[in-house]
Amino acid sequence: MANIFAYAEARGGELRKVALETVTAARNLADQTGGEVHALLVGAMGIAAKAQQLGEHGADVVLVCEHAAFTQYNPEASAALAAERIKSGGFRAALFATSAQGRDLAPRVAAKSGVGIVTDVTGMELSGDTVIVKHPINIGKVIATVAIASTPAIVALRPNTFTPTRSSKAGRVENIPAVGDPSTARVVVKDLKTGGGGKLDLAEAPVIVAGGRGLKAAENFKLVEELADAFGNAAVGATRAVTDDGWRPHSDQIGQTGRLVSPELYVAVGISGAVQHLAGMRTSRTIVAINKDKEAPIFKVADYGIVGDVFEVVPALSAAVREARKGH
Amino acid sequence: MDVRFRIAADGTSLDETGLKFDLNDFDAWAVEAALRLKEKAGQGEVVAVSLGPDSAQETIRKALSMGADRGVHLKTDRVPFDGFAIARALAGALNGGDYDLILFGKMSPDSSNGIVGPIVAELLDLPCVTAISGLEINDGRGTARRDIEGAQEIMEFPLPAVLTIDEGLNTARYPSLKGIMAAKKKPLEVKPVDLGETAVTVQKLELPPDRAAGKIIGEGAAAVPELIRLLQTEAKVL
Repeated sequence: MANIFAYAEARGGELRKVALETVTAARNLADQTGGEVHALLVGAMGIAAKAQQLGEHGADVVLVCEHAAFTQYNPEASAALAAERIKSGGFRAALFATSAQGRDLAPRVAAKSGVGIVTDVTGMELSGDTVIVKHPINIGKVIATVAIASTPAIVALRPNTFTPTRSSKAGRVENIPAVGDPSTARVVVKDLKTGGGGKLDLAEAPVIVAGGRGLKAAENFKLVEELADAFGNAAVGATRAVTDDGWRPHSDQIGQTGRLVSPELYVAVGISGAVQHLAGMRTSRTIVAINKDKEAPIFKVADYGIVGDVFEVVPALSAAVREARKGH
Repeated sequence: MDVRFRIAADGTSLDETGLKFDLNDFDAWAVEAALRLKEKAGQGEVVAVSLGPDSAQETIRKALSMGADRGVHLKTDRVPFDGFAIARALAGALNGGDYDLILFGKMSPDSSNGIVGPIVAELLDLPCVTAISGLEINDGRGTARRDIEGAQEIMEFPLPAVLTIDEGLNTARYPSLKGIMAAKKKPLEVKPVDLGETAVTVQKLELPPDRAAGKIIGEGAAAVPELIRLLQTEAKVL
């Protein structure tokens, strides 16, 4: 009857998509243990309004902590609160997302709780009382099956891997106080600088259009942006060569030292497919590659490859995608 | 360098025959950050610490050849998968070391967990900012930039602190010949450490299933209608 803890990530008063993924994954585990899902939601005053959505994705209990010092991500106060709840709850597993926030928070909570942790998890099951996870290592070239013997096991899930599913639960809200005074944390977010409004993030976008050196110059990246616009639900990514040359910010880089992504559709434009790049995107469900060199390694992983000049193919594809989506 | 990994006979470790180990990119940026802070301050000491079997000394020598002042090798018979065990051993060795900053790469590309830095920070009760791509230190306080999904967090923290380094903070220098020669004479202390209990164990390693062989569907813009058809009917993503 062990319960499962889920950290429901929010930013700027809104739930992140990974919050629903985390709660859904927790629901699946709790259905195996016969226990409840307890989701923790922290934020500024008013965040409680988002609790219902967590219930709709399988949370039996939503623990809500509202405090002005949670307006921005507050790593120390969030970790203290999560560790406190975990200690008191008898949880088999505590789930987080392997997002920027989750990557930062989950190990802090593991340290405070003195329990085992694995991040970037792509699969999870119970074997008796032990949580067994799948975790890619060595830039995705090897998959480790890892047992976490502690109670709870702390698991941070790879974004876009566990699909949010509705399973209506009570989502009973319990307002809880912070641990200590969150406004006295040593590490504080002084400023949050957001990029272009409404742009989809690489971790959350169902479609990614990524560009490489084959685009020849920074200004030609508009071809990639136009194709992303045509899809309407796409984020823009880049190779390391492109970010190193300053055509795009480092945060757009997909690959070994950048972002690891698993979208439904990945469109590689003018990308040769260096192993370091493939490490960041090879788990994408469908891969399309457009490159003038038919020997380029990207074609070895592409479900659909087009050999050709990106300056000819990509505008034609953008127009065709726009046309195809009109019917929707 | 397209390395093909082989699983060792025990099924839970890699066959390391022919593999060459080196300072990973994130750690190289961490060493670079430390060197630049020391150069800017005009004083101080950069200590390169690594945990593992004797091969870890090569990694430390690389940091020394970049300019670190001395090395500490926390000697174990292996590098465990469990980052918590590594962090505990590191925290034990770093405790009382009077460091202003303890810098880590944001993750190792081999075990790919990214947890050692923040766990060390918690165990030593130090402020911590992870995955930073910008850093300013002034008068005992720091400001760091973190790239998060679609935004950047500007974080403030007091020293001493633990930071983990992401791409974009700097470009790591290559060791000069002079640096490589000097590194051979720099002190490298070897301390055996006990990894203790581990809650996290690898049960099995396997190579990921190959993707179905790639397929070229056509050439030039003429192939676009076929691509659209496949995306709609086969992949069902459009």
